[in-house]
Amino acid sequence: MANGLAGTTLRVNLKTGAVRRLPTDEALFRRWHGGRGVTAKLIYDEVPRDADPLGPQNIFILNAGVMSGAFIPAGSKVSFGSVSPLTNGHGDSNMGGHLGPALKFAGYDLVVFEDSAPRPVYLVIDDDRVELRDASKIWGMKSLDCEKAIKDELGEDFEVATIGPAGENGVLFSCITHDFGRQAGRTGQGAVMGSKRLKAICVRGTKSLRVHDLPALKKQVTEIILRTQKHPNMEPWQKYGTAFFIRWSNDNAVLPTYNFQTTHYENTDKIDGDQLVHKILVTHKACFGCWMNCGKYTKAVVPGKPAVYLEGPEYETGALCGANLGMKDIHHVAYINWLLDNLGMDSMSGGGVVAFGMECFERGLITEADLEGHALRWGEVDDVEHFLDMVAHRRGIGDWFAGGTKRAAQKIGKGSEKFAMQVKGQEMSGYDGRWAPGMLLSYMTADIGAHHNRSWTITVDMAEGRERVEGRAKIVIYLQHIRPLFDTWCICRLFWGELDITPEEIVESLNHITGWGVGVDECLRTSEMIWNLNRCHYLERNRADGRTFDYPPARSWEDKIPSGPGKGKGLTREQIEQMLDDYYDERGWDRRGNPTRELLEDLGLGDAADNLEKIGLLGEPLPGGIPKVRGEKYKPKAF
Amino acid sequence: MRIKVDRTRCTGCRLCTQICAIQNYGEINPKKAALRIEAKFPEPGQYRPFVCTQCGKCAEVCPENAITRNDIGAYVVDKSLCTNCEACVPVCPVGVVFQHPDLDHVIICTFCMKCTELCSTGAIVKWDKAPAAKSEAAPEAEA
Repeated sequence: MANGLAGTTLRVNLKTGAVRRLPTDEALFRRWHGGRGVTAKLIYDEVPRDADPLGPQNIFILNAGVMSGAFIPAGSKVSFGSVSPLTNGHGDSNMGGHLGPALKFAGYDLVVFEDSAPRPVYLVIDDDRVELRDASKIWGMKSLDCEKAIKDELGEDFEVATIGPAGENGVLFSCITHDFGRQAGRTGQGAVMGSKRLKAICVRGTKSLRVHDLPALKKQVTEIILRTQKHPNMEPWQKYGTAFFIRWSNDNAVLPTYNFQTTHYENTDKIDGDQLVHKILVTHKACFGCWMNCGKYTKAVVPGKPAVYLEGPEYETGALCGANLGMKDIHHVAYINWLLDNLGMDSMSGGGVVAFGMECFERGLITEADLEGHALRWGEVDDVEHFLDMVAHRRGIGDWFAGGTKRAAQKIGKGSEKFAMQVKGQEMSGYDGRWAPGMLLSYMTADIGAHHNRSWTITVDMAEGRERVEGRAKIVIYLQHIRPLFDTWCICRLFWGELDITPEEIVESLNHITGWGVGVDECLRTSEMIWNLNRCHYLERNRADGRTFDYPPARSWEDKIPSGPGKGKGLTREQIEQMLDDYYDERGWDRRGNPTRELLEDLGLGDAADNLEKIGLLGEPLPGGIPKVRGEKYKPKAF
Repeated sequence: MRIKVDRTRCTGCRLCTQICAIQNYGEINPKKAALRIEAKFPEPGQYRPFVCTQCGKCAEVCPENAITRNDIGAYVVDKSLCTNCEACVPVCPVGVVFQHPDLDHVIICTFCMKCTELCSTGAIVKWDKAPAAKSEAAPEAEA
């Protein structure tokens, strides 16, 4: 195939060990644009609505899309997907590194894992040789240690993804780790792998990836490389990666601090990008085909503990495991990052969970008696290490926190739901939305729970007025369509966001690779189709009006920001309701937050409309009909 | 003309291996590249690029005289003469003579310099200066 597809899909039945090779369904990839689109469709069609996300009826997908591995800026991504145990809706999470390209070069676009293995296994793909192997010797190993052990056995040129003890034990925010520091962190994909007793995936490929027009692609991408090498943002990105953004967030009152109590951290200068570069950096580290090298490989040294190597902390981890936990030393932030990576937990949700535990401890809602004699205090790295061990192994109240902040708050009660900083069960990213209403709306409405990769609006909020909510919904919708497209194509979005590669240029590359001949508008429409399918999927599984799931915790409107440049700022409940009304109107959903038949049929999702109607959750027809265009084009300013 | 390597600048992005195969074979396939990047992780956390140093050892051992120096000084393989006998593979001191299951000849750097054009960190750079002293001879490339 000369269309960016390697040509083969694998169906691996983990219960029987049978491996089926099927021709990749080109029409499916064309309609859903690969990556998370194909994943969304397969999960919607194949997983029963009452299936336990951690049971054998869930499927687990490894998907390299249509652009991964090609000669394209950061064509490095691979997307994982399944029904999320954290949100109980469509779940997907992607990672950079080298696994996605390796899968393509081995000859595969997609691997679908069905059922669960009776005993621990790992999958080895070496070009045409595909086999499940006994994982009894590596089961129980920590993520990074396991990757090292597998590479020692198979060879350095295998690309390896692993889970750690947390994934094995069913911690709902478990991640998948690759390349000694790249993670697919969100939506608990590591827990799904663990539930299937799939410890690792190892891939080596030597084949060529054929594309529609390689000479045109070579010419276009070479020009882009030479142009962006001179972009003014290139130098800071290469030097700091995302870590330089800690200070920016603090200065602009969005840095989550002490479990999102405030947005200004007095010790920012001890954990920011300068500290990372000058104190712990070992080497810059890039994903496949990326010349921005935002990855920072580091060494953390904490007295009394072994020195550890890790990738990070990048911005999200630096914010959520730094300021949000009151850490005062970059070595401590990095050490916690390493703990989470090696135990196999998402360092975003992980930071959120520890911060929530710390606030509960501070308020006396949990005590040392609950924590095996240990405390859980702001800024204390030993406390965090012990607590994370309890969570990863689900000991005592560690079991409550293993379900994330939402489930932990349900167990703890006493008003703690107010400061469990999540939406739909997934913890918020590293931005406080109280003085950034578009960001809060982004969290509230994201299809996988609170996550910034669907929509990020801080600079939009600053430009359009941080106390105004009017007009924000349209922009959030546009961003929710364009940003996930990069995950759908399995490439990194940072070149668009930070180095001014335009969507038109990326779609031109897409056409050189696939020969599809599509335009940006068609791509955005595909993304809207995926978004609405995921909304339907969520409603079908959770059986209530969509609006009921779209609220942030009450801290978001009850507490004003108490300190720093955002002191006294905050949103009202009425403003939050108004944003939701606007958002539903602009999406073509009713005010209950349910998609209408007119919209779903317009997007070619008539079957999903039928399914919603059967359970009484189809949106009421809108008096004036659905908006002709959903979303308003907006390019947030790079930071 | 040579290719100079600065290990401390390599980020492991493999853009060099991608463009190498595209330029020389018209294919997207880093396994057909004539250079390699070693990754040393988790410790010490280092990438090590290895490129042709033009030492000529491959030409010395070739039983078919299929490897000769062209007018820009690069050792190139005559694909019609190469029998893929492997004699040159183990003698390369930096391990950059490759074989590939699709090909009936060995892969050796053509000095097209595309890798140096696209490397964005200065890890692999074109080096026109003739080596004046041993200490200056293509630093680190021989390691």
